[in-house]
Amino acid sequence: MIEIRNLTKSFQSGNDTVEALKNVSLTIPDGDIYGIIGMSGAGKSTLVRCINMLERPTSGTVIIDGQDMGSLSTAELRAARRNITMIFQGFNLLMQRDCLSNICFPLELAGVKKAAAKKRALELLEVVGLPDKAKAYPAQLSGGQQQRIAIARALATNPKVLLCDEATSALDPKTTHSILNLIRDINRELGITAIVITHQMSVVEEICQHVAILDNGVVVEEGEVGTIFANPQSPEAKRLVFPDGSNEILPAEPGEKRIRVVFNGALATGTPLIATMAMEENIAANILFASTRSIGDKVYGNMLLGIPDGEKNLPKAAAYLQSIADVVVEEVLPNA
Amino acid sequence: MLDKLFSSQAVAEALRIIQNEFPLAVWETFYVTVISTAIAIVIGLPLGVMLVVGEKNGVLPLPKWLMHVLNVVINLLRSVPFLILMIMLIPFTRLIVGTSVGTVASIVPLVIAAFPFVARLAESSLRELNPNIIETAQSMGASPMQIIVRVMIPESIPSLLSNATISITTILGYSAMSGICGGGGLGKIAINYGYYRYKYLVMLLAVILLIILVQIFQSVGTRLATKADKRLKN
Ligand SMILES: Nc1ncnc2c1ncn2[C@@H]1O[C@H](COP(=O)(O)OP(=O)(O)OP(=O)(O)O)[C@@H](O)[C@H]1O
Ligand SMILES: [Mg+2]
Repeated sequence: MIEIRNLTKSFQSGNDTVEALKNVSLTIPDGDIYGIIGMSGAGKSTLVRCINMLERPTSGTVIIDGQDMGSLSTAELRAARRNITMIFQGFNLLMQRDCLSNICFPLELAGVKKAAAKKRALELLEVVGLPDKAKAYPAQLSGGQQQRIAIARALATNPKVLLCDEATSALDPKTTHSILNLIRDINRELGITAIVITHQMSVVEEICQHVAILDNGVVVEEGEVGTIFANPQSPEAKRLVFPDGSNEILPAEPGEKRIRVVFNGALATGTPLIATMAMEENIAANILFASTRSIGDKVYGNMLLGIPDGEKNLPKAAAYLQSIADVVVEEVLPNA
Repeated sequence: MLDKLFSSQAVAEALRIIQNEFPLAVWETFYVTVISTAIAIVIGLPLGVMLVVGEKNGVLPLPKWLMHVLNVVINLLRSVPFLILMIMLIPFTRLIVGTSVGTVASIVPLVIAAFPFVARLAESSLRELNPNIIETAQSMGASPMQIIVRVMIPESIPSLLSNATISITTILGYSAMSGICGGGGLGKIAINYGYYRYKYLVMLLAVILLIILVQIFQSVGTRLATKADKRLKN
């Protein structure tokens, strides 16, 4: 478990002080894929760099499995870093070494014997799906392949935590997807906790279980991905969940009442909900806004429905929708 | 002028001198240059590393006064013209080698003139390295020494090699200059015959040989640097 307590980091540049992190507290459970999302400059990289003490916090603590990272000696910290490895947006492979010796590199640092290191590196090339690239140099690989080698290198020392700082930001959507799948497989099969820094909601959506939204150095919202998607509270979260803005919705027809339907991980059954309601309850609901996403086999998000002849139909519609598991319905009052 | 330069008498004399003196002179120039460069690298490379890693935000911050002394000494030595430095160093050379004249003695001033230059070139090679690579090594628990030996130097090899080539060709030029006061080799021949005895043809040939040596060093160096660079796809 990673516990971040009241973490503050300020940078002194000239006469200015930049407060990159302001009193951040987070708890990251073991085995989680934990997303940290925010706009550029929000402090994401600073936060993740404080976890392995590449950046010394100005105040506050980072405790990993009961070990206070800030209190470790230099040598202890180096040893601890073998347990908390990191991958980067720019891959950062050693360009003058072939892939095999790139993967061997952290083992070399740890003093592992050459033959043993090589054996482990070959296994890891299999894990990341590039067994034929042992003798290739990074410059001969695509970005996605380089990131796979970087992941293999990060796994070499059998870490407990993998920090991913914008690991897919330099990749195209398809490659992003395959790298995220790899991270998820690693998380499932090896039980490694992954902390995924990103500015893309789609990344969080695809693999994270929990997410923290960071804005201007402050955690504005934190929790299960599904909950936050379905019901974002803070303006920043709303902006991320509804990037196109959802506040401009047509004025209500006379007699129309509005309800918000929140999907909190309802099973996607393939039944067209609104159509079924029209047939079974004879209510032709009007979809005013919808933002739903499937995450795995579950649906998250929300929908704003206009119910014609609301006095009569609203209770019926609400009862019908409410009967579905993990769906929450609430009436939206005008101008509320 | 030209007919005098190539008169049959001048040509015959030049040929004789070439036969008698050039093989040794070429060899002397070659080994003085190579040995001086090698020693200058042995001294200059670690200093170049120190200049980079010893900074406040470097991998291995060194005391401020030490960095200051290092910079001042390097700049000082770099600003004295080679000929003057050589003359100034005569007592020092005598102390070390026992004499201040001769081919071996010229190695001392050559090294003293070249190592600060080598240090600056090494510094600039090491600064080209992407800082993210160093941070990545730190994130994997590398110690400062491991970063220097396993990351900074190996990753900078192509650039270090091309700067070593610049060093060796520059030192070759210095070694020729050392012919003025005691040094041996092609420089000495060019000066002795061309400047003191007006045998321009001999001087011309010595210069041509110097040019050929520079070409050889340069093309071997460039080839090594290119071959070493694994960033080039092929
Ligand atoms: N070494 C530093 N010195 C001074 N200011 C810094 C330093 N590192 C980061 N900052 C500042 O801290 C703030 C947060 O930076 P950080 O790199 O953590 O943002 P980020 O969320 O990772 O952004 P991005 O998505 O662009 O990578 C920024 O305002 C940045 O300018
Ligand atoms: Mg960043």
